[in-house]
Amino acid sequence: MCLAVPGQVMQLDGTSARVKFHGVERVVQMDLVPEVKLGDWVLVHAGYAIQCMDEEEARETLALLAQIEGEMEEQSRAEAKP
Amino acid sequence: MSQPDLRERAERCYDKIAALVSGPVSLMEVCGTHTMAISRFGIRARVPETLRLLSGPGCPVCVTPASQIDHLMAMAREPGVIVTTFGDMLRVPGSKSSLEQERTRGSDIRVVYSPHDAMEIARAAPDRIVVFMGVGFETTSPTIAATMIKALAAGIGNFCVYPAFKVVPPAMDALVASGETRIDGFICPGHVSTIIGSAAYEPIARDRKVPCVVTGFEALDVLEGVILLLEQRAAGKAEVQVQYRRAVSPEGNRTALDILSRTFTPCDAAWRGIGVIPGTGLEPREEFLSMDARRRVQVEMPKDAVDLPAGCGCGEVMRGLKVPTECAMFGTACTPSRPIGPCMVSTEGACAAWYRYGRG
Ligand code: SF4
Repeated sequence: MCLAVPGQVMQLDGTSARVKFHGVERVVQMDLVPEVKLGDWVLVHAGYAIQCMDEEEARETLALLAQIEGEMEEQSRAEAKP
Repeated sequence: MSQPDLRERAERCYDKIAALVSGPVSLMEVCGTHTMAISRFGIRARVPETLRLLSGPGCPVCVTPASQIDHLMAMAREPGVIVTTFGDMLRVPGSKSSLEQERTRGSDIRVVYSPHDAMEIARAAPDRIVVFMGVGFETTSPTIAATMIKALAAGIGNFCVYPAFKVVPPAMDALVASGETRIDGFICPGHVSTIIGSAAYEPIARDRKVPCVVTGFEALDVLEGVILLLEQRAAGKAEVQVQYRRAVSPEGNRTALDILSRTFTPCDAAWRGIGVIPGTGLEPREEFLSMDARRRVQVEMPKDAVDLPAGCGCGEVMRGLKVPTECAMFGTACTPSRPIGPCMVSTEGACAAWYRYGRG
């Protein structure tokens, strides 16, 4: 449950921001990364950005997460079969 | 990097590991994401048999005591109370039932993605008391601390938190100090370290002489972490090294740590299947006492808690004394679709990871 997911800051409004993940935007709190700027990539956990990171790092992490998700879905489908 | 390239690098890592392992070595990870990574990449099958890769107490929902889950469920049964929680917690069994079962019996229990959402629920329902289940390691606790600071400033007096947090480094230290199991090195948690910084493990390396390496979650990250630990051992060193540079600095996230220490102070905490470990919990400071759910909702903690179901070896698994397959119920009576203990319920639990990816 300590997994954090990277996203990009699209809009910044005080300590609240709109962050894009895989094309979907969500509201994320920026209280823990006061240095954040518009366009930055952030690592998000439980609705809060916990760190800023560069784009390349963010993309690597995203690729890994997509893999894990795919496998989990496959597994649950397999488990659901009698 | 292309796939064949990656595979080649992984092969080189495996060769290196084989060359570095001469006798029995036990390395422990303390992070649910590493538990999953080691299993899903099938790393155990590829390293020498004398190299044991143990899963420590790295899954926050697994280590939440049944008594606290029971207490939370008792709160949820009180009129006017809304219990909010991360989804991971929903199916974890207390002594008799889970939050999910309580919800079907009529308690108002809602899953939220963020503590901030729980605060918004409280803002929208001023006549109800909203309890947020505060589980998590240092990755999560600052997000909850920040929410409490905001709720206090906004005067949202009906928002409160059940403090069930855990602090990782002193727990690692206690595992070594207990001498129960051999730990030759720690694969330190990735995103916990983003917050606390790699320097937090210095005392374990220095005083306990146990090498610590912070690694990422790719197969190569884990393999390189294992190599660094084995190399330290071979050289007779015990240091803190960071393999996962892209997300971890020595000092961590100062802002998050300040917010955390403004809100909470350390206390002793009970770990499910392990027992009380001094200094591994967090409780609200004076200023935030009114937001402690245990004060806000006056229901006693039920006294008849059963920490683990009979025969469940989660405690031994999380202390590194057993691997999941050594539990008699693993894969027979206990499976992810019909889980018995917390380590099989949580997708990040050691038992669930071993089951999902074929025995580790
Ligand atoms: S297999 Fe099930 S019963 Fe056995 S230790 Fe794991 S969770 Fe507990």
